[in-house]
Amino acid sequence: MRVGVVTFPGSLDDRDAARAVRVAGGEPVVLWHGDDDLRGVDAVVLPGGFSYGDYLRCGAIARFAPVMRSVVEAAHGGLPVLGICNGFQVLCESHLLPGALIRNDVRRFVCVDQRLRVESTATAWTADYAEGQEVVVPLKNGEGGYVADEATLDRLEGEGRVVVRYVGPNPNGSMRQIAGIANERGNVVGLMPHPEHAVEALTGPTTDGLGFFTSVLHQVVSA
Amino acid sequence: MGRVVVDVMPKPEILDPQGKAVASALPKLGFEGIASVRQGKRFELEVEGEVTEERLAEVRRAAETLLSNPVIEDFTVRVEA
Repeated sequence: MRVGVVTFPGSLDDRDAARAVRVAGGEPVVLWHGDDDLRGVDAVVLPGGFSYGDYLRCGAIARFAPVMRSVVEAAHGGLPVLGICNGFQVLCESHLLPGALIRNDVRRFVCVDQRLRVESTATAWTADYAEGQEVVVPLKNGEGGYVADEATLDRLEGEGRVVVRYVGPNPNGSMRQIAGIANERGNVVGLMPHPEHAVEALTGPTTDGLGFFTSVLHQVVSA
Repeated sequence: MGRVVVDVMPKPEILDPQGKAVASALPKLGFEGIASVRQGKRFELEVEGEVTEERLAEVRRAAETLLSNPVIEDFTVRVEA
């Protein structure tokens, strides 16, 4: 099972994401932002970090990278795509997911082991969890506040597309405690927290993040 | 050469943490009577030749596509003499 991990200039969690794919039992495939070839992968991860062009808005210029043209097209065709942190911002800027991410309401960079509740298991990336399951994974962001208009938020809630929600104090001012959302089809998921940093006991607070990566492997196998 | 200015501002209903931080610093420096601050971005675009209607329409498209994110921001476009 081949899972592509895109490296943008400024990506810093690409190696961790690739490692998480390997720990989950998949084969990570390195993808370069300037290359539009997805190398026949079965899924794509847009990792965290900082995209070039964050000066303008996070992900605003990365969205126009050659690789994103291919990712957007493939996502419309059903390819599973997971955007983590900056990857989530890139997905919103790409219009693959609704809404936007703004500077944390606390005006500080936040770095914590964050408790989350899995709200939807009907996505390519969360099928291995149980609905309502609580997990703890690292969260680290400066612009992680999820915002959208009320109609969009209501639609996301109504269609079961809020994938994970913050439990406890809201770390960044995200509306309705939203930590992650999915597109209508459930193949595209954006997450602000970092499951790829919680896949091994040695380096993570838990191994709770592994489910995101095993989910997609099972999904692709069963597809 | 003509100059076109694009101003991008966070939508009124969107929280602006940067503006809030600036607003809270002002009274500490003795600047009184400022109720709130919104912080935006100003882009100055030098265009080749005359600023025609066509060119302006192009800038508006750029403002909508790249310079702003319509989900969270409003923009205005104007020609500067």
